[in-house]
Amino acid sequence: MRRLLVAVFIALLSVATSLGKLTAAELAPSLAKLQRVGPKGEGHAEATAAWKVVAAAKPQQLTAVLAAMDGANPLAENWLGAAAEAIAQKHPAQLPVAELEKFLAETSHSPRARRLAYELIAAVDPQAESRLIPSLIDDPSLELRRDAVALAIEQAEKTLNSGGQAAAEKQFRKAFAAARDLDQIKSLAAQLKKLGVEVDLPAHFGFITQWQIIGPFDNKWGQGFAVAYPPQTVDFSANAAYEGLTGDVKWIGHITTDPYGVVDLNEVLGKHKGAIAYAYATFDSANEREANFRLGCINANKLWVNGQLVLANEVYHAGMEIDQYVGRARLKPGRNTILVMIAQNEQTDSWAQVWQFQLRVCDDVGTAILSQD
Amino acid sequence: MSRYVILILTLALPALAGADWLQFRGNQHNSIADANPPTSWDVESGKNIAWTADLPGRGPSSPIVVQDRVIVTASDGVRQDKLYILAFDAQTGKELWRRRFWATGRTLCNPESAVAAPTPASDGERIFAFYSSNDLACLDVDGNLLWYRGLAYDYPQAGNDVGMSSSPVVAGETVVVQIESQGDSFAAGLDVQTGLERWRVQRAQRANWSSPVAFESATGWQVLLQSVEKLTAFDALTGKQLWDYKLASSEITSTVVAAGKLFAPANGVTALELSENSSAPKLLWDANKITTSGSTPVVYDGCVYALNRAGVLTCADAKTGDVLYQLRLKGPVWATPVIAAGRLYMVSSAGEARVVELGHPAAGDKGQVVFATEFGERIQGTPAVSGNALFIRSDKHLWKIAE
Repeated sequence: MRRLLVAVFIALLSVATSLGKLTAAELAPSLAKLQRVGPKGEGHAEATAAWKVVAAAKPQQLTAVLAAMDGANPLAENWLGAAAEAIAQKHPAQLPVAELEKFLAETSHSPRARRLAYELIAAVDPQAESRLIPSLIDDPSLELRRDAVALAIEQAEKTLNSGGQAAAEKQFRKAFAAARDLDQIKSLAAQLKKLGVEVDLPAHFGFITQWQIIGPFDNKWGQGFAVAYPPQTVDFSANAAYEGLTGDVKWIGHITTDPYGVVDLNEVLGKHKGAIAYAYATFDSANEREANFRLGCINANKLWVNGQLVLANEVYHAGMEIDQYVGRARLKPGRNTILVMIAQNEQTDSWAQVWQFQLRVCDDVGTAILSQD
Repeated sequence: MSRYVILILTLALPALAGADWLQFRGNQHNSIADANPPTSWDVESGKNIAWTADLPGRGPSSPIVVQDRVIVTASDGVRQDKLYILAFDAQTGKELWRRRFWATGRTLCNPESAVAAPTPASDGERIFAFYSSNDLACLDVDGNLLWYRGLAYDYPQAGNDVGMSSSPVVAGETVVVQIESQGDSFAAGLDVQTGLERWRVQRAQRANWSSPVAFESATGWQVLLQSVEKLTAFDALTGKQLWDYKLASSEITSTVVAAGKLFAPANGVTALELSENSSAPKLLWDANKITTSGSTPVVYDGCVYALNRAGVLTCADAKTGDVLYQLRLKGPVWATPVIAAGRLYMVSSAGEARVVELGHPAAGDKGQVVFATEFGERIQGTPAVSGNALFIRSDKHLWKIAE
């Protein structure tokens, strides 16, 4: 009898699903299965069936699907976001715009879910951009913020073209302060420069510019990557000297003047192949907090914060970009230590001679966290 | 003709619809279609343009055709991290569905490329959409998500400085991806039904953009991977290495399997005779005068046709490698040409297309350009052929070219 009841329940659930009549409570188990997908195919079997259930939900349940993206890992976000879009594509005329706007306004929701909510609204409301975007200039969603900055730039350009230079400068400054995307930051810095305003790009990004650098140490055959040379094992001492690849090596103070915080080790240490350098910096934090340590490096690298390994990438000459590698660590109040290892290999190609890195400290949105000293 | 050769010629992918074009270079990885596409068209006037569809992003990937749906991938966003897959009705061009994902791996790309560089593959029922970020989404033909792997989420150092572009292949019940970079570098066979790993083999830590080739032998499905060091054949179901052959092959263009022979982009082109017992192949010839650079050769009617970056077409005898003639077309070229009804269809990166009537080179014929036109947009993807239609995509549009 019990089996029969279960079978009937499953059959009813199946019919309800096919008609898109599931209630929010009935949808919850399927959403949970999508939230549980993990690396290497974990949870696929359950998620495949659950996705169909969720994608068949009523449009009124869109915000519940979007809310399930809160705290979800990037894989689960993709399962859930695709289901939300499938619902919207099936019911383009029945989107719950008011509910979606309410969802968008709650910045505690997943940035990607909120962006998706905005796009669903914008698909049916041509005024959505002008009505909603300008107020999102400091939004935690990078995509929403980007659109708001773009509108602010447009407005500043109009102001400038109509002769209001002082007002335009103020608008450009506001847009620059809000901008987190490299292309917008570059464009705004150039625009402000034309107006006679120099911006502090390293401070805007949070690049560390003052370093102590030591090297080269041996990295022949790439074997040095796994070696713990003294800079890793001995507390920093400005006067220390260690045996290096070509003789004794000492710490060298270096301040990069590159606007994007790039430290060129060929310039600081001379050109070496099969070599390792270390860069050390201190960071005075105003309080205890989580922080992003975002490294751009064309060479193999490791990063330690307060002695804890945060990043390790044994990748040589596969490109370099700002925020290429993102690590997270906890800053303590007062003095923190940062140590970067940058490993050069022995490739002879002309494009494989670069030996450099850049590091910035920021929050999850990319807003700079600056050292207090 | 050996049993092995017959098997290779049939390359029996399961449950194929007649007009499906299931992967990069078509169902048999040979860029040849049993079809009769138009010999002229014009995107300006609309002549022989059955329909045009807008695309939401860029992509060097090619369209595929599955169950009368044209499937295209695209990528967009300031970080190129929005990954699209779209399905269009092949008859009407109506968009049937689109899905979007966020990249879980690296999206750094040369501006000339895009994250939607690999061409999707299908087994006739499922679609495997792969991206430079090493995201691999499996959907059914109605757009239902069946599984999703973030292969760079699993192996975070997979990715190179100009973007990945190797297209996946389906070999029986396994979808094979070749992810070779300066960081995490491997090839993997995943269960088509679950996305779970059947096998994974380490590969050399250097960038490789070539695509694997799958073919069915007497002992089952095999997958062939190439590198600057060697060709290696694996059992597609288990990942067991069957043989390798020392050969410095291109890291960009791919190998052709035709009539029991391999035509590898190495030393120009190198022809090898496949063995019947899954052992290493034997050298037939190599010809460094057959130059390939961005596009993969096509073997058709006893000839090897190779198009170099500058747009020079070389026709060589497939038995000897002797060059029969060369014909200047239009460069620069990334897209592999296709051949149908004795005609070669090529498109340059600048969107200039040429149709070449190939004739019978063995009888002394030389190729003749019979049609030239411009799309006016950048095109890097190989055309797909289905029915008597060509499907060509740019960074902005998808066209169906049919009478």
